[in-house]
Amino acid sequence: MIDNRPSRRIIAHAVLIFGVLIVAFPIYYTFVASTHSLQTILRPPLPLIPGSHFLENYTTALFGGIDRIGGVGVDRLLWNSTVVAVLIAVGKIFISILSAYAVVFFRFPFRMTFFWLIFITLMLPVEVRILPTYKVMVDFGLIDTYAGLTLPLMASATATLLFRQFFMTIPGELVEAARVDGAGPWRFFWDILLPLSKTNIAALFVIQFIYGWTQYLWPLLVTNRNDMGTIVIALRKMISFADADTEWHLVMVTCILAILPPILVVVLMQRWFVRGLVETEK
Amino acid sequence: MATVDLKDIRKIYPGGFEAVKKVDLAIKDGALCVLVGPSGCGKSTLLRMIAGLETITEGEILIDGREVNELGPAERDIAMVFQNYALYPHMSVYDNMAYGLRNRRMAKPEIDKRVREAAATLELDHLLTRRPRELSGGQRQRVAMGRAIVRSPKVFLFDEPLSNLDAKLRGQMRVEIKNLQRSLGVTSVYVTHDQLEAMTLADVLVVMNAGNVEQIGAPLDIYEKPATLFVASFIGAPPMNLLPLKRGEGRAALADGTEIGGKGLSLSREAATLGIRPENLVLAAADGADGLDATFDIVVRAIEPVGAESFVYGDAGKTRLVVRVAGKTIVEPGAHMRIGASAADLHIFDEAGKRI
Amino acid sequence: MAPRAIFPNKLLPYLLLAPQLAITAIFFYWPASQALYQSLLREDPFGLSTQYVGLANFRHVLNDPNYLHSFQVTIVFSVATAVLAMVPALFLAVMADKVVRGRGIYRTLLIWPYAVAPAIAGMLWLFLFNPSIGSIAVMLRSLGIYWDPLLNGPQAMILVVAAASWKQISYNFLFFVAGLQAIPKSLVEAAAIDGAGEMKRFWTIIFPLLAPTTFFLLVINTVYAFFDTFGIIHAVTGGGPGKATETLVYKVYNDGFVNLILGESAAQSVILMVIVIALTAVQFRYVERRVHYG
Repeated sequence: MIDNRPSRRIIAHAVLIFGVLIVAFPIYYTFVASTHSLQTILRPPLPLIPGSHFLENYTTALFGGIDRIGGVGVDRLLWNSTVVAVLIAVGKIFISILSAYAVVFFRFPFRMTFFWLIFITLMLPVEVRILPTYKVMVDFGLIDTYAGLTLPLMASATATLLFRQFFMTIPGELVEAARVDGAGPWRFFWDILLPLSKTNIAALFVIQFIYGWTQYLWPLLVTNRNDMGTIVIALRKMISFADADTEWHLVMVTCILAILPPILVVVLMQRWFVRGLVETEK
Repeated sequence: MATVDLKDIRKIYPGGFEAVKKVDLAIKDGALCVLVGPSGCGKSTLLRMIAGLETITEGEILIDGREVNELGPAERDIAMVFQNYALYPHMSVYDNMAYGLRNRRMAKPEIDKRVREAAATLELDHLLTRRPRELSGGQRQRVAMGRAIVRSPKVFLFDEPLSNLDAKLRGQMRVEIKNLQRSLGVTSVYVTHDQLEAMTLADVLVVMNAGNVEQIGAPLDIYEKPATLFVASFIGAPPMNLLPLKRGEGRAALADGTEIGGKGLSLSREAATLGIRPENLVLAAADGADGLDATFDIVVRAIEPVGAESFVYGDAGKTRLVVRVAGKTIVEPGAHMRIGASAADLHIFDEAGKRI
Repeated sequence: MAPRAIFPNKLLPYLLLAPQLAITAIFFYWPASQALYQSLLREDPFGLSTQYVGLANFRHVLNDPNYLHSFQVTIVFSVATAVLAMVPALFLAVMADKVVRGRGIYRTLLIWPYAVAPAIAGMLWLFLFNPSIGSIAVMLRSLGIYWDPLLNGPQAMILVVAAASWKQISYNFLFFVAGLQAIPKSLVEAAAIDGAGEMKRFWTIIFPLLAPTTFFLLVINTVYAFFDTFGIIHAVTGGGPGKATETLVYKVYNDGFVNLILGESAAQSVILMVIVIALTAVQFRYVERRVHYG
């Protein structure tokens, strides 16, 4: 430490606390709103401390107000979001680890062509090909299905690149030792490569879970039925600032329910999250 | 227990690089054969071809008289110890050793028996539950050996197994490997770039350079009668003095014109190289009454006392020489010395580097 | 010298690649080629007939004042978001680098916006700044600032920029912290011995050494602002008021799905593709320099 003066550190702490307050405030305030009655919310400014309607609001949102959002319960929406996020994360990891394995540990004609074909998809985010992709969905009858919500988002060059990068750090001698020990490609994959990739898989899972959970444009397009919507889409449909009947206290509860799962994943799996984030962008 | 025969082995990589050029080698049952040479000489490629990790461009490899060219590494009944040990980082020491046996569907009690026996031999009993990263370099080395031993293969292959250890441990492990190999009696091929390791371990020494075998033989034979200039310079430390010669009037002189004293040499060709090991150079008498065949007047440049011996570096004319002197020496830099060697200790190589 | 250790199987690698290649072909290459194809066609609004029009769609789009306006909106939005997301993140990261205790706690408390979906982030901010029930809007009004992002274009822009950059601060913070940790302490110490004060040390040593991270984040944040903020805009302003926040991506969506001008929407898609390719190329050049391929 060059500067040991306590004043410096106090200033640093003060700035950080201020930063944390600003960053956390919108979320905190939403939580506060979710614990107040509709009347309190409609008479701004809202108090800075949580109100007394926590249990009431959350019970209503979760159990009382079934079918509230276009005829669908919050539980169904949370379930949809979970399925979508998990399918995308698992599917992505599954297909990318296999293709990275092929590219790194085998030699075959057109190996690099295939690698580039995958790599170039980095340059084709869903936003630039929405309409034709939507048409493919319609043609395959994938509208309002989990497959439609997840399949197109599963192919990911970043995940493949991450695994490729990691596989290339595995010493060639390890492969040779396994071959001498009588392990074929599958056995090597299961017994050695997969266990060694555990942290990478965990890191990627966290990142891709968040990615899947926070999708917006795609679920907006491929779902028409309310019972196939994700919680993010449903929330958007609930809110109308023009509509005086909006049940803001319940909207706020739904908001909290919609952001809680990914926040828990990020905070509880922080180590892998940070690692995954920094690694995928290498 | 097996013989290993290499017949006209060649390896050409897809890029056209010829790593191994026509190698012929027969290794007797139970022998420890060491392949030695500088990096890139093809020794590792050769070893990996025996292991089945590298395809063979041309020629045949026979293990125990059976051609194995098309067999995968697991089918050749060999075991290999790698330079970086290649231990599976997520498996315990026990599992590392048992993995190959499990893949061969050996019965559990038999696996357990073999692993424990090997662990006892290598003094790894108390480490069986540890992960590789919790072990010291020497211990990892033992685990890598253990993994090879439990398989009781026909052939052991060693790919520079000691190069990641510090000097002291290396000396220790060298002795252990030698003893182990003797007691198990398993035919072994050992690759190293360290000539000292090669000399001390080998029953048969194979010196390689640029994809070619330069010489095959017992270590001391090679030391005493290096077949080529390359072998002469590679085996022995400090390396043999190599002095360019030219045919002078009646007797040979150094290429820079410096005269060679003593009884003198005659040369039947225009040029050649004279090799003299540092320990074969002795102090010459001033009057030439020592009977030495070749003597040089040198100016001392530097002295390296190592303890039991000292190395004196000096120049004969423009040619640099190193002389081994027993014990301490009292010469100072700048002093003049007269040194020489007898005919039996002179090695002469032709322009192509072949011994004459 | 020796090539990488590999397995000799011939068929297996193709099987391993098959799932990814299938998805890539069906959902990436086919639609992208369709976008290219359609960008050369014009379709009547009822989808009854199409005709080949060459580059007319592109000409039309690039001469369309609405499109150029949306381009401008996107640039303003991206630059503002990138700056607003990076500067506070850098500042906080530098502060976090100074403290010894509590660094982990600060990190935990700063990373959660990353997990919030862009659309929800937009809604959270709108909830604060909504003229009728937004607490902050009410407070601003009591200060004499009339605030209505639903009617006032610049205010709408400020709101979406705030929401977009708020969400991205976590990400930038993590990368700046990693970048700062990678700077050898001895360099900073040497500068201190050379008599450089704290500000001077930051601007002459730390900031230049952080340049690769900063540049990298600049590209990432631009890409983020271009493509990943659709949810914010769709949920908060719907491109309005009066197209004040209609970004390029929003316009592609709007023209294609709402206004059903297929050919022009496709032409816009193609232009976007070119932009992504350019950005990716810039990013890749950077990656190339930093990552050592073994």
